[in-house]
Amino acid sequence: MNTLGIYIHVPFCGRKCSYCDFYSLNYNKNNADLYLRSVLRNIQYYSDRSRIVDTVYFGGGTPSLLPAESIAQMIDEIKKCFRLSENVEITLEANPNTLTPDKLRQLRDNGVNRLSIGVQSMIDSELKFLGRTHTADRAKKAVLDAAEAGFRNISCDLMIALPYQTAESVEFSINELAALPVDHISAYMLTIEDGTAFDKQNIRDIMPDEDLTAELYLSMINCLKEKGFEQYEISNFAKNGFESRHNCRYWKCLDYIGIGPAAHSCYNGKRFAVMPNLKEFIDATHQKIYITDESPCGFKESAMLRLRLAEGLNIGECGEKSEDILKKIPTLQKAGYVTYEDGKLALTAKGFLMSNSIIEYLIF
Amino acid sequence: MANSKIRNFCIVAHIDHGKSTLADRILEKTETVAIRDMEDQLLDNMDIERERGITIKARAVRLKYTAKDGEDYIFNLIDTPGHVDFNYEVSRSLAACEGAILVVDASQGIEAQTLANTYLAIEHDLEVVPVVNKIDLPSADPERVCAEVENVIGIPAMDAPRISAKMGTNIEEVLERIVIDIPAPEGDTEKPLQALIFDSYYDSYKGVIIYVRVKEGTVKVGDNIRLMATGAVFTVVEAGFMDASSLVNNGSLEAGEVGYIAASIKSIGDTRVGDTVTNNDRPCDEPLPGYRKVNPMVFSGIYPADGAKYGDLRDALEKLRLNDASLSFEPETSIALGFGFRCGFLGLLHMEIIQERLEREYNLDLITTAPSVIYKVTMTNGEVQYIDNPTNYPDPALIQTAEEPMVKASILSPSEFVGNIMELCQDRRGIFKDMKYLDDTRVELHYELPLNEIIYDFFDVLKSRTKGYASFDYEMMGYVPSKLVKLDILLNGEIVDALSFIIHTDKAYGRARKIAEKLKENIPRQLFEVPIQAAIGGKIIARETVKAMRKDVLAKCYGGDITRKKKLLEKQKEGKKRMRQLGTVEVPQEAFMSVLKLDS
Repeated sequence: MNTLGIYIHVPFCGRKCSYCDFYSLNYNKNNADLYLRSVLRNIQYYSDRSRIVDTVYFGGGTPSLLPAESIAQMIDEIKKCFRLSENVEITLEANPNTLTPDKLRQLRDNGVNRLSIGVQSMIDSELKFLGRTHTADRAKKAVLDAAEAGFRNISCDLMIALPYQTAESVEFSINELAALPVDHISAYMLTIEDGTAFDKQNIRDIMPDEDLTAELYLSMINCLKEKGFEQYEISNFAKNGFESRHNCRYWKCLDYIGIGPAAHSCYNGKRFAVMPNLKEFIDATHQKIYITDESPCGFKESAMLRLRLAEGLNIGECGEKSEDILKKIPTLQKAGYVTYEDGKLALTAKGFLMSNSIIEYLIF
Repeated sequence: MANSKIRNFCIVAHIDHGKSTLADRILEKTETVAIRDMEDQLLDNMDIERERGITIKARAVRLKYTAKDGEDYIFNLIDTPGHVDFNYEVSRSLAACEGAILVVDASQGIEAQTLANTYLAIEHDLEVVPVVNKIDLPSADPERVCAEVENVIGIPAMDAPRISAKMGTNIEEVLERIVIDIPAPEGDTEKPLQALIFDSYYDSYKGVIIYVRVKEGTVKVGDNIRLMATGAVFTVVEAGFMDASSLVNNGSLEAGEVGYIAASIKSIGDTRVGDTVTNNDRPCDEPLPGYRKVNPMVFSGIYPADGAKYGDLRDALEKLRLNDASLSFEPETSIALGFGFRCGFLGLLHMEIIQERLEREYNLDLITTAPSVIYKVTMTNGEVQYIDNPTNYPDPALIQTAEEPMVKASILSPSEFVGNIMELCQDRRGIFKDMKYLDDTRVELHYELPLNEIIYDFFDVLKSRTKGYASFDYEMMGYVPSKLVKLDILLNGEIVDALSFIIHTDKAYGRARKIAEKLKENIPRQLFEVPIQAAIGGKIIARETVKAMRKDVLAKCYGGDITRKKKLLEKQKEGKKRMRQLGTVEVPQEAFMSVLKLDS
């Protein structure tokens, strides 16, 4: 079945977090209105009634800053222009501060059925360091209110490799989240990106080193497992059945259309991206794109993405490259980086930590 | 011009004692160079020479001087290399002169190289004219230095000119001494031609230009000349001299004169320093004495960091050899480094100069292996092998005796550093011969040292242990039996041929440990752990491990930007091309280079 995912990039934030290098601007109502109109125009532009949309993802930025009706209008437009799958997954990224019980109810009523809440940590000092505007208590309330409003698929972001973080402080945050109605956790490592507020020597100086980061990651995986969160991708953990279907499209080379400034697409045999420029996006009849890859999803790319997944890579599908890969497996196994069972090569937790090197060694 | 009006001389001085500056002043005073054309230190025409303040290749220049006696004189100033690596070339330059100006720094006194070259000059019956330079320095003590010259060298020096080449003080006095003290050349223009080659270089238009001192006879354009050592015959196209900036084709050169010959010579290999040029149609009976073929002493593998640049490296070496007959090279292959060349050098400085010129003038990124001397190995079957590449060192079971080259070293230093110097020489397996005081504060030490102990970093360490004051000179003295072993370095269990070297048994453990440590510092953590081992035969004598890397992952939020991820890995892959891939181990260039500098 020729399904499709739609990603909508909402480039507005109340405040830019110190680590963030995504495209986002300060929210203002006028721009948000113009932006909404442009998104609607673009949904129409890509309109294709032959395609079944089975995931929609509002990412950002902070999509939850937009009024619930704006979200509703976009979902409605998608319904008009494409066929919507019966069990479509519609995710909205949200900042805890923006989630009031009323807004949550409206979002739920308008069809949003999955929330990805930017919790990041359940320790206030860590939140403050990251430049987050909410407290741990506020995040907890947002999750509880969301459940109250009828959300049954709630994901929280968690960040590790923060300065002064310990295995214990990570465990604390995980325990706090596990006690809430949360079914999915995305756990990222803090990295210092050029041009962000953290791009300073005094921050780099206090970042945990390679070995400590590795320890934090491994102990985090154990903690999450104890609480019933199974790792299904390098950074993603879910209780049974709650894997993010939208994100899985990325890793399985399935089509998705990205709408909004700086959004990325993999659609009709090309990868392309939209210029990170809100004004340009607002002014154009349809968004201006640039091709990033003329022929994506070749062997290297799909294998690279497959190896990010816990289920791993089917060696039978590696064609002429399989012989070379098979030769390298024993060395990797000996080092504890991979498992190889029933023709499937998968990275271990230790292997995930070295995934760039391993993928490069095996595939590139 | 009559021979009585010619003076052929050179300048002997320690590095930095002002040889080039004095030469410039002489050029200036004789108005050989218009002042506005003067560039600092004209005689050194290679960049590297200028930067290092040393003179690598000899050059000769003709000057006109009107002396106080009212007569015009012709001066031929022959520049000499100051470094021990070029000892033989120095001796040939000296053989082209009747006199030598000995420049001594008024604050530092005599140094080892000055002494060695002055003795060499005296051996060649040259009139030595001492000059005390740098009298403008606050620390100058010309009286003490003159006394030292008299004591140590045994020539009168109390009335030596006190000059400052930098300030131009008392330069005329030097010029007058040249006229008065240095004898005019002898020789008979009618005799068969006998001319000494003391230098040569390759000119892309004229072919090889040879610098000669005509001892007997005459050479003119159109003559057929024979280079006696190689037997090669050429027809003279130009014969003349060099003024400060260009060659002046005079048509002929006569006995007593110094100048150049161009004869469409294609290969510098035909023109050997020390050889005799004679007339092919009317040859002399015997060549001039003193010729010997110069053999390389130090060998090292030179590889392009980027294997694709092998051809460029070969071209560059060939071009350098056009001008430097003492450079030898032949192709060799290393499992670790790929295709490269085994190069032979006169000494360490020569090696460094060649490497630097390859990198600087030819833009090559190089990996060089540890320098090696030539070992003499007598096999149990009586066969004798000379080994200049550790890779070829025979199985110890088949070796009856192994011998290594020794040098006679002389070190001059302020006496306060004697302890440090003795410690260093002892550490380098030196055999103490004697020590004598030159005056109250300065001593000369004599040691016999294995050449392989001084080719790495001896001079650098000597300098650092004597606050830069000690000077050092050596000459070869032949082979002595020695307890030698081949030390291999293994990465992940595999021998890295480019890192093997030959070493004295007693030094093997210490060196092995240091190399293992250096490699550990210079090999980055990677996907798999890297065991580093040093072994003699099958026996591991040192071990270190580069632990496996722990984290190399993109675990951050990303909005479906897969292309960036892919490009990142492609870039990572590309970046590793600059490393050498040995099995699963990635070794950066710096790792190969780091083992060459163990003490720094």
